[in-house]
Amino acid sequence: MESFALLIAATFNAGTVLAIAALGLLINEKSGIVNLGAEGMMLCAAIAGFAAVVHTGNDWVGFAAGMAAGAGMAALFGVLVIWLNTNQYATGLALSLFGAGFSAFVGVKYVQEKLPARPSYAIPGLADIPFIGPALFKQHPLAYIGIALALAIIWFLFKTRAGLVLRSVGESPESAHSLGYPVRRIRLLAVMFGGAMCGLSGAYLSIIYTPLWVEGMVSGKGWIALALTTFATWRPLRVLFGAYLFGGVTMMQFHLQSQGVDIPSQFLSMAPYLATIVVLALISRNPAWIRINMPASVGKPFYPGS
Amino acid sequence: MFKLEPRPQASKFWGIGSPLLALIITVIIGIAIFMLMGKDPVKGLLVFFWEPIKSGYALSELAVKATPLLLIALGLAVCFRSNVWNIGAEGQFVLGAVTAGGVALLADKTTGPWIIPLILIAGVLGGMLWAGIVALLRDRFNASEILVSLMLVYVAELVLSYMVYGPWKDPNGFNFPQSKNFEKVTQIPKLFDGTRMNVGLLIALFGVVGMWIFMFRTYGGFQLQVGGLAPAAAKYAGFSSRRALWTALLVSGGMAGLAGALEVAGPIGQLTPYVPAGYGFAAIIVAFVGRLNPIGIVFSAILMSMFYIGGELAQSRLGLPKSLTGVFQGLLLFTLLACDTLIAYRIKFSKSAGGK
Repeated sequence: MESFALLIAATFNAGTVLAIAALGLLINEKSGIVNLGAEGMMLCAAIAGFAAVVHTGNDWVGFAAGMAAGAGMAALFGVLVIWLNTNQYATGLALSLFGAGFSAFVGVKYVQEKLPARPSYAIPGLADIPFIGPALFKQHPLAYIGIALALAIIWFLFKTRAGLVLRSVGESPESAHSLGYPVRRIRLLAVMFGGAMCGLSGAYLSIIYTPLWVEGMVSGKGWIALALTTFATWRPLRVLFGAYLFGGVTMMQFHLQSQGVDIPSQFLSMAPYLATIVVLALISRNPAWIRINMPASVGKPFYPGS
Repeated sequence: MFKLEPRPQASKFWGIGSPLLALIITVIIGIAIFMLMGKDPVKGLLVFFWEPIKSGYALSELAVKATPLLLIALGLAVCFRSNVWNIGAEGQFVLGAVTAGGVALLADKTTGPWIIPLILIAGVLGGMLWAGIVALLRDRFNASEILVSLMLVYVAELVLSYMVYGPWKDPNGFNFPQSKNFEKVTQIPKLFDGTRMNVGLLIALFGVVGMWIFMFRTYGGFQLQVGGLAPAAAKYAGFSSRRALWTALLVSGGMAGLAGALEVAGPIGQLTPYVPAGYGFAAIIVAFVGRLNPIGIVFSAILMSMFYIGGELAQSRLGLPKSLTGVFQGLLLFTLLACDTLIAYRIKFSKSAGGK
């Protein structure tokens, strides 16, 4: 029972990393732009955040640094894709390749660094409830912010005027443009929001989750977050649950290993990647599911007056 | 502010000028990085652009690195020209290395040199298998080839890791995670004594010619390109998009697998967790910088292997992290994409045009 509560807590923790990034990418894609640079932004944010904590000792400065790194890189991507009309896939890929190299380059001198011991978190009162307390109420504040983020995004997308404008930009940039909305500026903001959230997620990974810096430490989580938006057919709550599900798949390997299950660790480590492939195939099999909520112009360039 | 004005025709000048401009910008940023790190930028540039070509031996090392890049990038060019986004060549390379390594491990003292073709074929099949999974899931389930091929990179690396930590671990290897050294007979024949250059380079150059003929002189290659440029036109002409998908992925997977086989049976000579060296990702940049053209890819593969060797030298001589290679590779692709705008658009500067 005790270990099961810990497994849930670990799942929650691992899911938060994916959830924050995937929710950011959801807004990004709702504007009609796919940024394949998620992995690179998370890597750079992970080292930026980690370095900031090493130098200042304050986690929140680290998170801010990670967000700034993510948003900055996303802005670079956005200017290329939105103003210079470069291919979205190739540019995102360039961002991922550059991010992998750059983070490794900058991170060399932080590889040996250790962060001071993390304080333990607990919500007073709730954390003392048997089973539920250790399972759910002993998380870092960002784990709850992740849930709040999903709710805020639902409210923003479906209850506010700005959300409606964002969706219309993703559905039909031509109509939004002819109505006088600054399509490109809106897209840039959405892309930067996506970058900032990938950055927050990357910083959470290096500051709270591991907490250390290793070259390539994001190990595909950025790509899984990108896949999550598709699995979830661009619905925020489904993104959130999908993230926890994949957090669970990641954690299952450690759980099984601690239970002494005799499977080579490499096969257990494959689980999140194989699960991504299987779920992607199952969901994509039915084009109708995908198409209902997919922003109609996603991946297509828009250049006013062309 | 500026405004982009579409050109009536793609600019031929910038088709070739853009990669050169991108290289110049990357070099300028590189100089800035050297200066920021407190290193002499002249020394830095020499390490990247002169050391790799200054002697016969240096050139042979350049060719050793360029061979896998060339092979993989040729396959990727077919993919990208068909608008199939295979970004998991690294995984196909690793799996090709694993299957080829498996065959090489079967050799013993009595084995003849006939094992070498079998090793290469095993590598090709391994890469094709890995890319075939991507094609199957795209074809039957409509799953994004970008995400599937990328996920399979991690899976391939774990397969390799399992093999070298598990069944194929060298029993006399002091518990290091690596296979035993392959028998001498499995060694890909070298071109000259005293260098590491081997027959793989000839295979790659042969691939350049083959790919040029396939892309530009055969009906099959033509169909692929039409499918990539104008899917609607291809459909109208009755070109099968499914066949294009399978062809593109199997060709690129096979080439990446072949590169993996040549690498483990050539310069490496055993299976270790360090087989994945990022060639599969670097080859994406090679393909784009080479304009998806077999001849262009020869030049960009040489440039990219200069980056590899320069990075290694920057580590040993200047005390800079080896990952500088990745920084320059990423920067080059990034600046290239920006410069490519000049191919399709003219830049018009104006005072009034807003940035809407």
